[in-house]
Amino acid sequence: MRRLLGFNLLTAVVLGIVGFYVGWWLGHQINGPSVAYFASTGQNDIALFVAYIVGVIGFLAGLGFLNYPVSRMLGKPPSLREKESEGIGRYLGLCTDHKVVGIQYLLGIGAFIFIGGLNAMLIRLELMRPTHLVWNGNNYLTLVSVHGTMMMGMMTSGILGPFANYFVPIMIGARRMAFPRIEALTFWLLMAAGTILMTTFAFGGFPTGWTGYAPLSEQANMGMDAYVAFFALVGLSMTLLGLNMMATIITMRAPGMTWGRLPLFVWGTFSTAVLMVLAAPVLISVLLMLALDRTAQTGFFNVQAGGSPYLYENLFWIFGHPEVYILALPGMGILLEILPVFARKPVWGYRLAVTGMLGISLMSWLVWQHHLFVSGINADLRPFYMLSTELISLPTGFIFIAALGTLWRGRIRLTVPMLFSLAWIFNFLIGGMSGVFLSDTPSDVTTHGSFFSMAHFHYTIMGGLIFAFFGGIYYWLPKMTGFNLNERLGKIHFWVMFVAFNSTFGPLLVIGFLGMPRRVVTYAGYLQGANDWVSVSAFVLGASMLVFLYNLVWTQVFARVPAEMNPWGSKSIEFSLPSPPAVHNFDRIPTFGPDPYPYGDDGAGIGQRPVIAPARPTR
Amino acid sequence: MLSSHGRKLAALTVIGTAIVLPLMVFVLGPNMPPGKDTQVAKGQVFDNTVLLVVMTPFTVFILVYLIYALWAFRAPKGETELIDGPPIRGHGPSQIAWLATTTISVLFLAVFGSTELLANNGAGGGGGPNPVAKPSGAVLPIQVIGQQWEFTYRYPTYGGVETAQLVIPEGQEIAFHVTSLDVIHSFWAYELGVKADANPGVDNVAYVKADHPQTFQVRCAELCGLWHGYMFDTGLVVTPAAFASWIAARKSQFAPVSKYLPPYSTTYAPDPQHRG
Repeated sequence: MRRLLGFNLLTAVVLGIVGFYVGWWLGHQINGPSVAYFASTGQNDIALFVAYIVGVIGFLAGLGFLNYPVSRMLGKPPSLREKESEGIGRYLGLCTDHKVVGIQYLLGIGAFIFIGGLNAMLIRLELMRPTHLVWNGNNYLTLVSVHGTMMMGMMTSGILGPFANYFVPIMIGARRMAFPRIEALTFWLLMAAGTILMTTFAFGGFPTGWTGYAPLSEQANMGMDAYVAFFALVGLSMTLLGLNMMATIITMRAPGMTWGRLPLFVWGTFSTAVLMVLAAPVLISVLLMLALDRTAQTGFFNVQAGGSPYLYENLFWIFGHPEVYILALPGMGILLEILPVFARKPVWGYRLAVTGMLGISLMSWLVWQHHLFVSGINADLRPFYMLSTELISLPTGFIFIAALGTLWRGRIRLTVPMLFSLAWIFNFLIGGMSGVFLSDTPSDVTTHGSFFSMAHFHYTIMGGLIFAFFGGIYYWLPKMTGFNLNERLGKIHFWVMFVAFNSTFGPLLVIGFLGMPRRVVTYAGYLQGANDWVSVSAFVLGASMLVFLYNLVWTQVFARVPAEMNPWGSKSIEFSLPSPPAVHNFDRIPTFGPDPYPYGDDGAGIGQRPVIAPARPTR
Repeated sequence: MLSSHGRKLAALTVIGTAIVLPLMVFVLGPNMPPGKDTQVAKGQVFDNTVLLVVMTPFTVFILVYLIYALWAFRAPKGETELIDGPPIRGHGPSQIAWLATTTISVLFLAVFGSTELLANNGAGGGGGPNPVAKPSGAVLPIQVIGQQWEFTYRYPTYGGVETAQLVIPEGQEIAFHVTSLDVIHSFWAYELGVKADANPGVDNVAYVKADHPQTFQVRCAELCGLWHGYMFDTGLVVTPAAFASWIAARKSQFAPVSKYLPPYSTTYAPDPQHRG
């Protein structure tokens, strides 16, 4: 009983709920009946926003995030680490060990992605019929909106959260992240955000999809506030995560780990982190404007008050387009990390791949108005955005050629992580090629806002990011937990998922070409056959996740077959550590040789494993 | 200069492209959306075909490469010992060739797309209040007003009469002036090759000329709230004579209510915000 008291998840949840109701009460005091607007609608957005804010503060205080700043203010000496002891308890609270945070991320984000995936199943259920089947219009739109928002919000940290937090410090030869407390904060902010998004169901849901276009988001009911609070917290988490990653990679590299020797996963993380730090504040700003419009009745996006819906669209996509590369880049990093191991070759064109990643990172800022090709804004600038959008396929092409070149004359072994990586190449190829139709302005007239664009981004994000995510799980999870996954179940998972994925989204490209808009609850009757096919495929796709879940729970909780130190024969440094690595990672800080991918060398060449340096004072 | 593997791969790519390219040009291309009912739509079908042609060699190359690599470069079955492949860290000529081909293709696509946009093949896309490319000759303006959750159509040259059905004459250049009374909608006439967002306070113009009498689907393509999925209707292209009699009939039918409409304007003051 005594162990339950103190700063842990239980306290956090209790304080979060108490905080919510305190904020709710407080919000009603601020507002009162004096503001006629809220009195007339019965929808007190001010109270709900205050409730969310106080609730989140209570949640974080319960986890113990205020202890350190408060004790420092009281003049106590600084402590660097918190709760890095052994035991299951460290996963249920504030822990500054980057490896614990990585596993927390994997489980926490995994749970919310599972909810997002369930929403997708319910959406496809409704689309089994051209007219109304299960959900009414409001529930359907809420499902669509929560699915999109949950996925786009949570998956921003889908790879950086679990894998970069866990492996970037190890790969650069560090013992921890630059800001361990901020690292833990990013995770718990995300959990608070996900919970807030789920509360939208209690307030009537929201009808805007993940884009939240004003003025629709301004006339929406109180459920919209959950979207605003969710995405703002995600933005805060992203900014902090990106800053932490950048600081870690810039300042904490071990001797010998120069920029030209960074593993490509670290480069992928770095280019993503730069985008996160620069893009997420724009999101926070635009959501702050939306929140003010909804509460204080400012008129940023209200035409009558001198505002403009274009302002929202512009600001949202200035964040939103870098955002989709925030989703894609870490997947490219994982791809180029896995391919050399199972092709038994160094990365082909290392500098080209790095140029590609940084090029994407830079150019993603120049393309946002291709989301507004038919909106009537800046019509004269459409050729420029067409050019910039098509130019971004050049750095993406670098990633492709590096991946393909790595396979050339290799000794390819089709393990589960390798299968997911090869599928990445196939899926992203289709995603990229379908993007050409969207980038071409005349052609975009048909495909814009149709199921074609929806299938396109699912090919790049699910076919790219999620496949890389699973590749990363099968590749790294035995290292992270110390227990093997079942390879046979992994292969079943892969093949079912790969076939069902293409069988779901391939036809959707055609359905979009045939004229079905996104986010509709009804569609033309002649499209029913194709939609039924897609729905059944989607259910199979969902079922493949159950295979994975079974594999995960069975091998990690029940079977528990200890993992070898280096099951794949990888020459990356994390595979020279025990599974799982010790809390302090390295007994001695390693020094790194000149080649991060020393495959195919006989030891006399330039490639060499990282060597453990003689004892030297560290920190 | 190419290795044996390289020669085989190049040959397979050329053969594959030679097989797929005619299929793209002659089979898939003509069937690309949005169809052949208007000049704009035909232009978009042509654009789509060109895009298919440009992307075919790349797609074929990458797919052939993947299949070839999995066939030729697999570790022998049962090989348990880890044997490394050759440490090839890059190949300058291949990298330069890839960079050159992709750059040329991309620049071609951008120039091609821009010319097509100015040559009116993209005129069906909303071009803002003052579109860059305007069709020559007389234009019939029709205002498309989006509101939750239907489109209405106003004919300013016919006394500003407003109808719930869209009827346009064939062989006549039409200018759709798309605007909204509340949230953002998008006017999508699929068969015509027209899509233009309806923004409150914005006059978004798209041009089209229909070739022959037909029906076409109109759907809202931007999420606009509760009944977005039900915001569709069917439009008609009719002969000029039929159009003249139709619009005359509407004018007299709606005369009692037309006088209560606000005077014709490019945009209207949206309704005060209300919660749905």
